[in-house]
Amino acid sequence: MSAPAATAPLLEAADLTKHFTVRRGALGWSTGIVRAVDSVSFRIAAGTTLGLVGESGCGKTTTSKLVLGLEQPTAGAIRFEGVEVGGLDRSGRRHYRKSVQAVFQDPYASLDPRMRVGSIIAEPLVINERAGADARRHRVLELLDLVSLPGRAGELFPHEFSGGQRQRIAIARALALSPRLVVLDEPVSALDVSIRAQILNLLRDLQRRLGVAYLFIAHDLAAVAHMSHTIAVMYLGQIVEWGDADAVALRPTHPYTQALFAAALPIDVDDAPEAPTLTGEVPSPLAPPGGCRFHPRCPHAMPRCATEPPAPREADGRLVACHLYE
Amino acid sequence: MAVPVIDVQDLRTYLVTRWGTVKAVDGVSFSVAEGETLGLVGESGSGKSMTCLSLIRLTPRPASRIVSGRIRLDGDELTSKSEAEMQKIRGRKIAMILQDPMSSLNPVYSVGMQVREPVSLYHGLRGKSLTARAAALLAAVRIPAPETRLRAFPFQMSGGMRQRVVGAMAIAAPPRLLIADEPTTSLDLTIQAQYLGLLEELQHQHRLAMIFITHNLGIVSKICDRVAVMYAGRIVEMGPVRQIFKTPAHPYTRALLDSIPRLGARRERLTAIDGQPPDLARLPGGCAFAPRCPKVMDRCRVEAPPAFPVAPGQTSACWLDAPA
Repeated sequence: MSAPAATAPLLEAADLTKHFTVRRGALGWSTGIVRAVDSVSFRIAAGTTLGLVGESGCGKTTTSKLVLGLEQPTAGAIRFEGVEVGGLDRSGRRHYRKSVQAVFQDPYASLDPRMRVGSIIAEPLVINERAGADARRHRVLELLDLVSLPGRAGELFPHEFSGGQRQRIAIARALALSPRLVVLDEPVSALDVSIRAQILNLLRDLQRRLGVAYLFIAHDLAAVAHMSHTIAVMYLGQIVEWGDADAVALRPTHPYTQALFAAALPIDVDDAPEAPTLTGEVPSPLAPPGGCRFHPRCPHAMPRCATEPPAPREADGRLVACHLYE
Repeated sequence: MAVPVIDVQDLRTYLVTRWGTVKAVDGVSFSVAEGETLGLVGESGSGKSMTCLSLIRLTPRPASRIVSGRIRLDGDELTSKSEAEMQKIRGRKIAMILQDPMSSLNPVYSVGMQVREPVSLYHGLRGKSLTARAAALLAAVRIPAPETRLRAFPFQMSGGMRQRVVGAMAIAAPPRLLIADEPTTSLDLTIQAQYLGLLEELQHQHRLAMIFITHNLGIVSKICDRVAVMYAGRIVEMGPVRQIFKTPAHPYTRALLDSIPRLGARRERLTAIDGQPPDLARLPGGCAFAPRCPKVMDRCRVEAPPAFPVAPGQTSACWLDAPA
């Protein structure tokens, strides 16, 4: 594999699409198609964080599954280190799986209660590297130290740890194979408020030390803005705005991004942005509205929004899919 | 100040478990006036929900017991009431909205049956007038086409819509006190904003006293008048929301506010609170926050601090705030 140019992104999604067929009834006839992810494009540079935000059902999790290779795209492609993942041979796929790891939301569900912490962290090494017992033990201690857990933690079982410590174990396991990208799917939502800052700080420190890139998915917008270099906002399977984290969070341009960040209530009342509360609910992804998918809830909707889907365009240093900015 | 709707003094609710007695609520005092919202914040296990469940005597039995304290609803003592008398208070005088609407609604009954039940119980209505009142309640929580929706089942509704139905049932009486226990945690952000607006409107309309349990400080600053910060079964700081968020006195409140990422305040690192949340069965003597407190003194490990006034309407349970 040739080394990618310095400017080439670590991971690139190009028109990534995933449709699920809904089957109902005894005969299993197809009754519809859920466009979970519809022509989504983004890039993650090495050592940086892309924050993915949006409400439930917007396609965040499906996008992360596509990146992890747990779902195969209906159309579009993922390129990793400049090479298309779909066309990889066995050894290429193995390399990809080692390079892209994940940390999930609930550390009570993601750690096997009957395995010792040392074996949990060593499992990826056993499967992928066939390292000797001594090398494995050494690496486990190194990883425990990396996430600020004492070496004796390896001898214990997950139930002997609190939620924050369990999430540290999950992070150590994800880092075992020295991945280049870690998908963080709501990594602090299940933790107590006073513990979240510890884990967010740890993740930032690890990024600085190891140069690992993150795909950070969360519904806490302030946490996403804190962690991310770039932010992509999804609505009904599409990215409506994508750009520099500060720009998107502090000066959102797409009407949906504006409403979303206005709904993330700030602690200082004086900072509350004046934006109208959105009416209505998120439509079913089974039958998304025509034209711009946001138009039925949009306070700025124009007649053409109902018929013509807006293409993402460069505006104010970011990509926005909205007819207002054409 | 008028007579508060709910007045709680030195409430203690203990849980007896195999691992020892857990002081889930350990000397909590507060009051809420008509039309006022008190925010109750704290980590899981800090006693927020147990405090509120104690008010309607629905703490888990037989493990838990209200050991001492007074609970007065419009001046009427609740702790000495019989179970039958409490039945008439639950829902009718003190209503509650819980986090997950699916656990409050029965999946096999239509929404109409479930909304009609409290209405017929509280108002003695039957037949058409009952259905009309139920539909009016759904309309009051902004459910479109309420007559049609009465025939729907909970699974046919979205999460936000279900939580509205729960809200409609909660105001059926209407009650004097509404306890909302993380009512928007399971909702999406834009739906949460709608629901908070609705709650504010209902409260205003019925002059409800409201206790809002949450760990989201943004929600507190949006809809609460006063806030009580709980840690390990005690209120460590209480006072007007703006005042507390601008000039927190207690080290825990300060640490909590500092540890939360904020939009617009780009910081390299968050100020994390060291250590772990306390194990309630093995609380240290003295102040429960002492092991994690950056300003801990010798006295803190021996003696638990009472609530000291630090500013008009603001109290802090910390030895640093003890009058000299």
